[in-house]
Amino acid sequence: MRGLRTIVAAGLVALGSPAKAGDPIKVGALLAVTGPAAFLGAPEARTLEMLVEELNARGGVGGRPVRLIVKDTGGSPEKAISFARQLIEEEQVFAIIGPSTSGETMAVKAIAEEGKTLLLSASAAEVIVNPVAPHVFKVAPKDSFAAEVIFRRMKKMGITRIGFLSSNTGFGKAGKEQVEKLAPAYGIQVAVSEVYDKAATDLTAEVTKIKAANVQAILNWSTEPAQAIVLKNVRQMGLGVPVFQSHGFANVQYARAAGAAAEGVIFPAGRVVVADALPAGNPQKAVLEAYKRAYEARYKEDVSTFGGHAFDALMILVRAIELAGPDRAKARAAVENLRGFVGTGGVFNFSAADHNGLDIDAFELVTVKDGRFVPLGP
Amino acid sequence: MRGRRHLQVVVLAAAVAGVQLATLAAGKGFFLTQLTMSAYATLVALGLSLLMGYAGQVSLGQAGFFAIGGYTSAVLTTLDLGGHRGRPLWAAAERLGLLAERPDLFGGATLSVAPWAAGVAAVLLGAAVAFSLGVPVLRLRGHYLAMATLAFGTIVSSIVVGTQAFGAADGISGVPPLVLAPGLRVGGGAADRVENYYLAWGLVALAMLLLSNLIHSRAGRALGAIHGAEDAAAAMGVDTGRMKQKTFVLAGVMATVAGVLLTHYNGGIGPSEASVMKSVRTVAVVAVGGMGSLWGTLAASAVLNFLSLRGYFGAYDDAVFGGILVAVMLFSPDGILRGDLGALASRLAARRKSPGEEA
Amino acid sequence: MTLELFFQYLVAGLTYGSIYAVVAIGFNIIYNATGVINFAQGEFVMLGGMIAVSLHRFAPLPVAIAGAVAATAAVGALVELTCVRWLTRPSVLRLIVITIGVAILLREAALFAWGEGVRSLPYFTGDEVTALSFHGVSVSPQALWVLGTTALTVALLAFFFGHTMLGREMRACAANRDAAALCGIPTRNLVTLAFVLSAAIGALAGCVVSPITYTSYAIGGALAIKGFTVAILGGLGNGAGAVAAGLLLGMLESLSVSVLPTAYKDVVTLTILLAILFVRPSGLFGGREASRI
Repeated sequence: MRGLRTIVAAGLVALGSPAKAGDPIKVGALLAVTGPAAFLGAPEARTLEMLVEELNARGGVGGRPVRLIVKDTGGSPEKAISFARQLIEEEQVFAIIGPSTSGETMAVKAIAEEGKTLLLSASAAEVIVNPVAPHVFKVAPKDSFAAEVIFRRMKKMGITRIGFLSSNTGFGKAGKEQVEKLAPAYGIQVAVSEVYDKAATDLTAEVTKIKAANVQAILNWSTEPAQAIVLKNVRQMGLGVPVFQSHGFANVQYARAAGAAAEGVIFPAGRVVVADALPAGNPQKAVLEAYKRAYEARYKEDVSTFGGHAFDALMILVRAIELAGPDRAKARAAVENLRGFVGTGGVFNFSAADHNGLDIDAFELVTVKDGRFVPLGP
Repeated sequence: MRGRRHLQVVVLAAAVAGVQLATLAAGKGFFLTQLTMSAYATLVALGLSLLMGYAGQVSLGQAGFFAIGGYTSAVLTTLDLGGHRGRPLWAAAERLGLLAERPDLFGGATLSVAPWAAGVAAVLLGAAVAFSLGVPVLRLRGHYLAMATLAFGTIVSSIVVGTQAFGAADGISGVPPLVLAPGLRVGGGAADRVENYYLAWGLVALAMLLLSNLIHSRAGRALGAIHGAEDAAAAMGVDTGRMKQKTFVLAGVMATVAGVLLTHYNGGIGPSEASVMKSVRTVAVVAVGGMGSLWGTLAASAVLNFLSLRGYFGAYDDAVFGGILVAVMLFSPDGILRGDLGALASRLAARRKSPGEEA
Repeated sequence: MTLELFFQYLVAGLTYGSIYAVVAIGFNIIYNATGVINFAQGEFVMLGGMIAVSLHRFAPLPVAIAGAVAATAAVGALVELTCVRWLTRPSVLRLIVITIGVAILLREAALFAWGEGVRSLPYFTGDEVTALSFHGVSVSPQALWVLGTTALTVALLAFFFGHTMLGREMRACAANRDAAALCGIPTRNLVTLAFVLSAAIGALAGCVVSPITYTSYAIGGALAIKGFTVAILGGLGNGAGAVAAGLLLGMLESLSVSVLPTAYKDVVTLTILLAILFVRPSGLFGGREASRI
């Protein structure tokens, strides 16, 4: 039977041997390199490859080289589950970086915990770390922080009535929840709330509805090209109100795509996108500039916060291994006890109760000026 | 004839057991995970194979039925019914065993629909949808039929992604295992791996037996006649409408059952399971195996899905299935695995010998 | 809903409705010549936009567009030559499945060649914020380009099919292929021409709409579904029907946003498709169609 022969052949090829000192440390990665979440997973994969090469050129971690195993889940939870089991049971990886999306992370959370394998997720959903699972961490900041940073600014600008648009992805859904929950506390009324399809190519109809509601500002929460499309639709309709975006806008290709329509847009972002403009005393500046230089030189494209999540996840893991040695349980405890770790997403302070480690300062309010990202300032 | 068919199923059973023992011996027990998932994908493919090969109907909606099964089951078993205690139907539901406790995210216990009840509900829903959809859809022909099933599949996909109750883009996770009997449950834990493997492939063997019997029965011959020449079959008194409908429902139900079981095995489901691309992959698998050739479809599905789930195709997963689809339909529309390769070779030789063949 | 708002919705609907119409016209040309629904039609639109953007890096806009149209037309011819022409009496089922496979391959090839990012051509006139305003209704000049291009395409095709020898031969081929072959019409070459025309039209649409909607490797699938909804709505094979149906569907979709949650916009479109298929597969404007027996 064909199936049997294939399986036996694959099995013979994949025979492993017990680990010895000097053996590579296997790090698995579950990333959505292709598919609908590719704008998350592709930069993440590139960042990891670049970093692992650099690490190995310097002798690896604790004298042992790092072997990176990237599995492309295509954004599919089913594949994530299958590959997670493969990485944990078969490859016996030391830790897993990713997945890229919250849906996939929730699907593999229990598997990682059961397999006692460190999981450092690059996605943002609150439920990933609440309830806390000892082996599961995330390095992306909470969506609620992003919303609060935006609302603080809106309150300062005297805005009380907004129109809200979000996409039908996990990211958009999470944002919608936070926005609707937190707006009242800042005295802001969400007059119109529309959810559009992630593949939407024109939002004029939705913007028309918002125009009819006489709002003072528009907030859009998505990670798709729709972010740029909505800006154009708003400006072309002659709406002059301030437009806010979510941290999903933190990739300058969207600002470029929207061209003149992106001027003046306000959004929260990790500081990696404004690394050049940070004051000299900023604790993150050195790390950010190094990452930005290396990534842009190698891949000829702009850095984004998404790639930054992968950077943080891997470097946190490396630090934990350096501190505690290549022992799983000790490394896990080391991550949990990590304080003051400077990453691209912010300064991390983990604890047993907080497996995210970031607070609201992780976000910087950024605006677009002359097609470039600059910090907004007070 | 009957004996030969039963022998084939026995051979399948022996192969299944053989593979498991081999993985045990090689210490590769974790292969069983992907093999189990392939088994459920094979159920979906078998139903489609019957539909395409015998009733001659192309359906791009199998993933839609899979999603109906999986999502219904997932939603019902992850509900929190604690707030409804004391309501009139509560006592009745409890007595019938329709409710079960499950640990929620935070370690506490919540009450939701028992997995077996949810599964039954899901299958009934799938059957109902297949039945009502089948009536108008099967009056269509050719590309209209393909498009109607494509529209159905896309509608299910859009609803699932757009609705909060279905977890929108994140899907539903934390689905409890389905307990079939004390000690036998459909779930992903490493301890249950071997049982689940046998359960899944046992189900496939059962399906093969039933479908084989169906094909070689009177109903099956009627089906074959429909595929060959529908008008002639109708003229001979075959109730073509009813037969096609029943086949459509059967294929849909098989996909629904697979959806229910795989969702419990994986502990969750996501909108990617409902996507049109999944239906297309199923069509590719059936094309390779040969439409209507159950054994061909089984082999193709087991191999292709196993390799895909192990990431063998890497980032080119979709491209591989698309390429296979085109290649098979261009060069060997009856399937690669149907019959033997010798027949394929002689057909190629014959084609080269007579270049004067005209379109 | 004020009149102003109503017209704003309408204009939005007309813009994307005309894109659907162009995709549907492409379907119809191939359907008329071969009886096949080409599921890869949406990918031609995608390829047109993507190739134009790449060419625009070193060529002025009109040249880039012309180049993209020519290149995509060549791809269309290639698809026909490798996947359709040499088949002997293929069944409808077989052809459907082949075009689906081709669509997937084209999409994956685009992903491999251009990556997952979005790209677009610059606006033909004006930029991202310019808008023409009539009585409170704003419309981007690019939308007018889209409408204009669609109208021009339809007019040129009408002329081609109605008043040129080649066009009449294609219509004869569509009406009765064997009879046409007996008359000495080179039917096999006309099939290739049909693919070339469809691909070229799709590519042109892809270029003109890319500043508004952006192009990326994955846009083909959704466009194809909308396209054949429109084609069926207007009656398969009926060019004018496709245009009318496209504009109608675009406006319906746009107006539906004012009452339904946007998330279900696609569900509305597809339910319309199913309803048409079940009740009147010949479409709103189609003639007799042997779609069911």
